[in-house]
Amino acid sequence: MSFEPSTVAPAPSPGLAGRKARRRAGTVLGFLITLALTFLGLLAITFFIGRVVPIDPVLSVVGDRATQAQYDAAKVAMGLDQPLIMQFVTYVGNVLTGDLGQSVSTGRPVIEDLSRFFPATLEMATLGILIGVLLGVPLGVTAAARQGSWVDQIIRVVGLMGYSVPAFWLGLVGLAIFYARLRWVGGPGRLDIFYDGLVSPVTGMILIDSLLAGEIDIFWNAVTHLILPASVLGFFSLAYIARMTRSFMLDQLGQEFVTTARVKGVPERVVIWRHAFNPIRVPLITVIGLSYAGLLEGSVMIETVFSWPGIGNYLTTALLNADMNAVLGSTLVIGAVFIFINKISDVLYRVLDPRAK
Amino acid sequence: MRVGSSAVGDLIVPSPLRGEGQGEGFFTTGNRRCLLMTTRAWLLADSPTSRWQASAGRTYRVFTQLLRNPLSVLGGVIILVLLLTAALAPWIAPYSATGQDLANRLMPPSAAHWMGTDELGRDIFSRVIWGSQITLTIVLLVALISAPLGLIIGAVAGYFGGWVDKILMGITDIFLSLPKLILALAFVAALGPGINNAVIAIAITSWPAYARIARAETLTIRNAEYIQAVQLAGGGPIRLIVRHILPLCTSSMIIRVTLDMAGVILTAAGLGFIGLGAQPPLPEWGAMISRGRTFILDQWWVATMPGFAIIIVSLGFCFLGDGLRDVLDPKSEGKS
Repeated sequence: MSFEPSTVAPAPSPGLAGRKARRRAGTVLGFLITLALTFLGLLAITFFIGRVVPIDPVLSVVGDRATQAQYDAAKVAMGLDQPLIMQFVTYVGNVLTGDLGQSVSTGRPVIEDLSRFFPATLEMATLGILIGVLLGVPLGVTAAARQGSWVDQIIRVVGLMGYSVPAFWLGLVGLAIFYARLRWVGGPGRLDIFYDGLVSPVTGMILIDSLLAGEIDIFWNAVTHLILPASVLGFFSLAYIARMTRSFMLDQLGQEFVTTARVKGVPERVVIWRHAFNPIRVPLITVIGLSYAGLLEGSVMIETVFSWPGIGNYLTTALLNADMNAVLGSTLVIGAVFIFINKISDVLYRVLDPRAK
Repeated sequence: MRVGSSAVGDLIVPSPLRGEGQGEGFFTTGNRRCLLMTTRAWLLADSPTSRWQASAGRTYRVFTQLLRNPLSVLGGVIILVLLLTAALAPWIAPYSATGQDLANRLMPPSAAHWMGTDELGRDIFSRVIWGSQITLTIVLLVALISAPLGLIIGAVAGYFGGWVDKILMGITDIFLSLPKLILALAFVAALGPGINNAVIAIAITSWPAYARIARAETLTIRNAEYIQAVQLAGGGPIRLIVRHILPLCTSSMIIRVTLDMAGVILTAAGLGFIGLGAQPPLPEWGAMISRGRTFILDQWWVATMPGFAIIIVSLGFCFLGDGLRDVLDPKSEGKS
């Protein structure tokens, strides 16, 4: 009993399983509450930003030449005569029902635009994280297993570059080398111009849509376009994942049970991949989750460079046109996904790792 | 490694043996030599007699330890070069940052134009040098705004605890769990493009990390006996926080701020690249890359050259921050 301190007063006979279940339920409830509070915070920030804008929202609707009566009528119609707290409640209600307002530049509801552009971003970020995990984890493990070797040095340099190289610059240099010089990959955009619009969108992700339609040519064309931006994104998650893997592995390899295993004569490969790697799988999930969320953010810059019709490109276009509904809508959606992935990986860590309380 | 530190020691303090011979020359008066003889001992005294001596001694020790690590020396040199470049830009830059020379548009790098020229015939090397002023300004302003803000919020939350702590840290956590770049973009969009607004936006999104650190440090100090002594002597909360808690948070803050500067530079350059930071014709590095985007396929140097400047300066802050962490916070050594 003493090794499992519980905040709940000891009930007569809940049983170990019952207590565990209750604690798990408590974790989930606490998780939901913090999630809700964080979303509310995000909404408060976007609401605040929407109020800071120096443009008078009423004027931008009625125009300069409106009479005072027209102006007041519009103000009442937009709900801007209400106290601030009521305006916020209305705003939260609107967002929860999926109403993010109209985009000035596209003339469509922001939520429609976002659902059209989101799959492209998701496709790129997912391929990016695949690259990051599939290369980053083995590299990090090797670097830790052979400290000071050339793999270790490469990981060190890559890690530093992940901190200091601007993503948009790396994208441009990649275009200059692999597209303009070597012609290995496709240029900006998702497809060559003569393939554009040939596949009807089902999921919005061209790789999947083209396969569903059985268009192998289009699939390969999409791959050549996707591979460079996804690799640039993947590079940054690789840098982060490899660095964290290396540091986790070094922690484990210094533990006594690893020494014991080695002394027993367990082969080094087994020591590294079973004894040392197994315990770090759980913290790695958190790292990968964080890095995936970071990729959604990083895609804003990359999409601008590669003219990738995703949510990041939509956001930057809206920023330059001062299209505030679109800006706040994209901020909300990216922020919500970011928070969600963050919290999910946090909770996964707590559920999966028996040591975490 | 060790050679470096003793060399420095020798520079400052002539060893007694050599002092004998040199007595006639430069250090003529016994007084002067005596002063020099004791400088190092004074700095390394086990029981400093004044606050000034203690802090000077600590600075000296940190400095000599930093000099032992080649990477942190490299980082320090890079930052020093950045400072000098920014201060001496009018004398170093061979051309003006905004002067156009349409006859020499888009020239590749050569002896006359080390980094080539851009689409208006402006010398890219000169623009990169002038741009160092903008980068340095942004970095300094962000550090000066966000670090004290986070420090005070964190210290207040940690010191008072209870509801104050819950509310302040709740806000901090919300900010921490939001995407920084996206938030900064949204703030700049609301405030309008420009360097000042970019600084404000970056500062707004970077204080929460500092608040977390300051709170953690405050919690470990709060129940120390010397704090109770000050409280018994009648010291109020403001005096306690400002004079007795904040000074102890500074070393972890310095590490964190230095390490974060690389990220600040990248964010500022990103804002410039999107067109929301420094406005043309200002030679901001990110904005320069953005202009060079059009020519990336044929005139690669226009976009790539400012990028190297960004990378080098960011690396400099990374190296220096890593070195500072090893010296000031040896617990976390080896973890990155």
